[in-house]
This record gives sequence, C-alpha cells and structure tokens, in this order.
Amino acid sequence: MDTNLNKSFARLSTLLSCSLTGVVSLLTLVALIPLISILGMLILKGLPILHYSTLTSLPPSAFEEGGGFGNAIVGTLVMVGMATMVSVPIGILSAVYLAEIAPESMVARWLRFCAKILSGFPSILAGVFIYGSVVILCGGFSAVAGSLALAILMLPTIVLTSEEAMRSVPIKLKEAAIAIGTTQTQTILKIVLPTALPSILTGILLAISRAAGETAPLLFTSLFSNYWIYDGSELSMMRPTASLAVLIFNFSGTPFENQVQMAWGASLVLVLIVLVTNLTGKYFSRRFPLQ
Amino acid sequence: MTRALERNSKIERPAGELECIARPPSLLEQRADIVFRGCCYVIAWLVIALVIFIVAKIAWSSIPAISAYGFPFLTGQQWDPNAGTYGILPEIFGTLVSSTVAILLSSFMGIAIAIFLSEGLLSSVLRLALRQLGIANRSKWSRLPEKLERGLLNVIELLAAIPSVVYGLWGIYVVIPTIRPYCNFLNANFEWFPLFGTPLSGPGLFPAAMVLSIMILPTIASLSRDALNSVPIKLREAAYALGSTRWEAIFMVILPAARNGIIGAILLGFGRALGETMALAMLTGNSNRISWSLFSPGNTLAALLANNFPEASKNQVPTLMYAALVLLAITLGVNLLGAIVQQSATRKGNLWTRI
Repeated sequence: MDTNLNKSFARLSTLLSCSLTGVVSLLTLVALIPLISILGMLILKGLPILHYSTLTSLPPSAFEEGGGFGNAIVGTLVMVGMATMVSVPIGILSAVYLAEIAPESMVARWLRFCAKILSGFPSILAGVFIYGSVVILCGGFSAVAGSLALAILMLPTIVLTSEEAMRSVPIKLKEAAIAIGTTQTQTILKIVLPTALPSILTGILLAISRAAGETAPLLFTSLFSNYWIYDGSELSMMRPTASLAVLIFNFSGTPFENQVQMAWGASLVLVLIVLVTNLTGKYFSRRFPLQ
Repeated sequence: MTRALERNSKIERPAGELECIARPPSLLEQRADIVFRGCCYVIAWLVIALVIFIVAKIAWSSIPAISAYGFPFLTGQQWDPNAGTYGILPEIFGTLVSSTVAILLSSFMGIAIAIFLSEGLLSSVLRLALRQLGIANRSKWSRLPEKLERGLLNVIELLAAIPSVVYGLWGIYVVIPTIRPYCNFLNANFEWFPLFGTPLSGPGLFPAAMVLSIMILPTIASLSRDALNSVPIKLREAAYALGSTRWEAIFMVILPAARNGIIGAILLGFGRALGETMALAMLTGNSNRISWSLFSPGNTLAALLANNFPEASKNQVPTLMYAALVLLAITLGVNLLGAIVQQSATRKGNLWTRI
C-alpha cells in the first residue's frame, strides 16, 4: 500500500487544488480594486477643491466659478437628524416589545415579518409612499417629507439590531432584578437597555450611515434648493431642501467642469460622513461586547 | 470555633439586608409598568400598520391607472405622456436584465471570496510563510491570519457602506471610460453575437450591471461566508479522512451542504439589485427601448420613477404609482423567496418565524 503522505504536484488533483486556491485568492484581491479606485478618485478629485469656502458657500450655477455645497451639508445633517429623532424611539420601543414583552406572540411575529419586509424594501418606494401621502397633502416638497422618508428606511435596521442586542443580555441580570421585586418596566429601563446600549448604538449608527447616503427617497420628497435652510429669520422646514446626495446626482451629469468638481468634493464629504458613522458604530460593538 | 461562628453570622447578615432591598412594587410602579407595556404594544402595532399602509397606499394610488390602462401597461413599449400611451415592458426588461447580469458577476465573485475567507486559505498560505521564517510559534504572529481574514471581510463590507450615488459618479467618470475600448472591441469583432450587437457609446446596461454587481458583492460574500461557516466541522473532517484534497472537499461536501444558505444569499442580493435606483438612473442611459445588446442604453423601473416623479403632473402620478406597484411586487416576491430559502437552511420553526 502506498503510504506516501507528502504533497506531490504530480497528482492531478493536488495540482488542481493548488491552482484553484490561487484563482480564488486572485478573485478576492480583484474585489478590492473598486474600493481602492473609488477612494483614490475621491481623494484625487475631491480633496483639491475642499476649502473653507467650498464648505460654507452656496452651489454654483451653470457658468459660475467657485461656489460650494454648504447648504447641502446642513440639509443632509438636519434631515438625517430629524429622521433619527423619529425612528429611534419607535424602533427601540418596538424592539423592546419584540425582545422582552411578548417575544413569541402573534403581534411580535407579524412585527418581525414586517420589519424584514421593510428592510428589503427598495429605497425609492419609501420616496414614492411619502410623495403620495405627505408631499401631495402638504402641497409641496419639504425637509419634513424628506426626513420622514429617511425615517422609514432607518426603522427596520434599528428594530432588528436592537432586538438582537436585547436578546443577548444575560438572563442572570434580568432574574436578579426580578428577584428583588422590580416590575418588568424597571427591569427593561434599568437593566436591559443600559446593558444592551452599545449594541443598540451600533444599530442606530449603521442606520444613520445608510440614511445619510440615500438619494432615491429624497429626489422627490425634499427635492433640492440653492439656498440655506435657515435664512437668518426663519427655518424653512416646509420648503425644498438641499442634500449632499441629490447635489451629487444633479451635478454629475452636467457638462460644466466646475459643477462636476463640486460633485466630487461633495462625494468625498458624504463618504467621510458615512464611513465615520459606520466605523464608529462597528467600534462600539467591538469595544463593548455583551458576552 | 467562635471565630467561625462570627464569620457565619457575618455571612448571614447581608441576607437580612437583602430582605430590605427586595420589596413588592408600589401601586405607582405597577401603573407605570402597565402604561409602558401598553406603549410598546401600541408602537408595535403602529409599525405593522405603517408597512400595511405603505403597500396599501401605493396600491390604492395606482387604481386609476390600473383601471385606465389595465394589463397592456405591462406589455406596452411606449412611454409618451403627450400621447397618453404608457407601457413599461422596456423598464421591466431592463430591471431584470441588469440585475441578472449583476447577480451572475457578483455571485461568482462573492462565493469565491466567501470560500477564501471561510476555508482558511489565507491562514494556510500565511502559516507556510511564517514557518519558513521560523516565527510561526510566537503568539504575536500565530494569530495574524485570523486577524487578516477579519480585516479583509471588514474592508469588503465597506463596499456596502459607500452611497449608491457615489457609485454612480464613479461609474460615469471611471468605469465607462475604462471598459469602453474593450466593449467596442467585442462589438467590432463579434457583432453577429446578439449580446454584443451595438457599440458602447456612453451609458449602457453593461456598465450599470457591472457597478451594480460591485454594490451587491458584500451582501452575497458575507451571507455566503456565514453559510459556509455553519457547515458542521465533522463533514469537513470526514471528507479529509477519505483522502480528498481541499478543493474536492469544498466542491463535493461543503458547497452542497451550504447550498441553501448560498442560494438565499444570492436571492437577497438579487432583491437588492432590483430595487437599486441611483447608480442605474445615472448609468443606464434612460432609453425606452428593448435591445438584446448589453452595450445599448436601457432603463429600469426604479430609474423611471426617479426620473419622472419630480416633474410629474397630477394625472401622471397614478401611472407612476402603477409602475411602483410592479416594482414592489417583483422585489417583495424575490425577497420573500430568499428569506424562506435561507432560513430553511437552519430548519427550525414554522413559516412565520422563518420569514
């Protein structure tokens, strides 16, 4: 009997095996090319135009030189902030229901089903829905409509990650709380939520980073504007509002060099916002693991 | 002896204090409990109602268009608001073709990455190198492969974080100029082949599908990796014990065992591709034609909505809602299928908990 257990390339299967390993490694390296290319282009084309003035002035018109996208940065931050304020309380309370109050009930099953449906929802349909129910009702495009559309998209991420976070709180902690006579509400508010907080924050930050980059739901809910959202006297929440994502979309197809450059600069800012939120979120869950 | 007794009494003492800590909740606390739980119950119903309301609202708003245009809307090829003829067959075609091409490209790449990250290929190569250098046994170096694998997965998942509008911009100024010479070469030499029937004059279905495949790559790669990781280690060991090489084990044992998880991952990626809007609106060229050539411009349902909604007149809205309803139906179907297939990989619970 042949007892040679050494690797020999004379066997066809060994040769095949090693070459497949090479092919798969190569494909994995190829997958990194787009990321490097995107980040490289953003730095190459976006960084040179980032000055204090581009970050603080209004978008240029067709033949204008200079300009910036300050109002778009403010608009994005305002709309994402409002969307967060709407979706976080709703998301966490329904996650509390899913994880703590009645995990196996019929309502919980329906809720989980709906959250999963919503998370696979094309983002443009959130815009379509808000257009049909808010924009037409209010008579025009507005920052409020835009942030409601973003809130719908943030909701499922927050619900599903918060539920997961609360479920992984050790049962001992809950039992100890119940043993000294707390009500379920006190257990949830004083034990479960604080313990699960880092993971819940991760979910919220991931939802924020997704919402900040969304364009499709904003196209026909908040539209775009060439002016500041706050013009010195009043905060115009009910008027069209600029956002970084829509600015990039509008300027990307124009033949005007200055506007295309603005699009690259705005992309760099947007990617920075998104990546910082995303990586902070991941840091939270790694820094404070539950187990 | 007395000391031991003292110690015992010291141990017992806190038990007495614990009795003081534990007390039944007061009436106020009980009321607050009921109110809080009621709140959560109401909010839970609110979220369910929201999802039902979204679907119902889109369906309800499209009723005028459904009754006016009916089924021919799905098979018509004209979109002419002035003449009042609407048909979305080119958009349905474009949506399905771009997503299918994208899913073919990215499931190939995604599964390769998943195998690379889950089968320890990186570790075995690195270990070999470390052993050659004679530092394999130092604890600092021996954990390097796992760290690198996790880092690589995180980097690939970063692809999912980049906004789709940035992908669109990158597609216009980097992907299209780069692939254009190759596409035109294919067209010049293989024009008889229907897929290469036209030159790539700028935006087109193929660059759009390429960018789309990069966008859904992280979804497929990380979900397939989870599926491969959940294959019991016994199967792997049994395959090796029978004398199979690494790749014989992967193709004959591990991939078939992880089949459902991988198919589920591909279906979920397909669902994402169908609903993706911005990159496609920027890269397909928005032309209302059906062409078998991959390099000709086309259009997709989501891009149609994105381009027409901002300037839609009152009586055009129901038509667009009808198109949105079609998109909703397609994505919902694919997503449900994906979730069911993927969950059946773990085989527990009934249909409701599975979805």
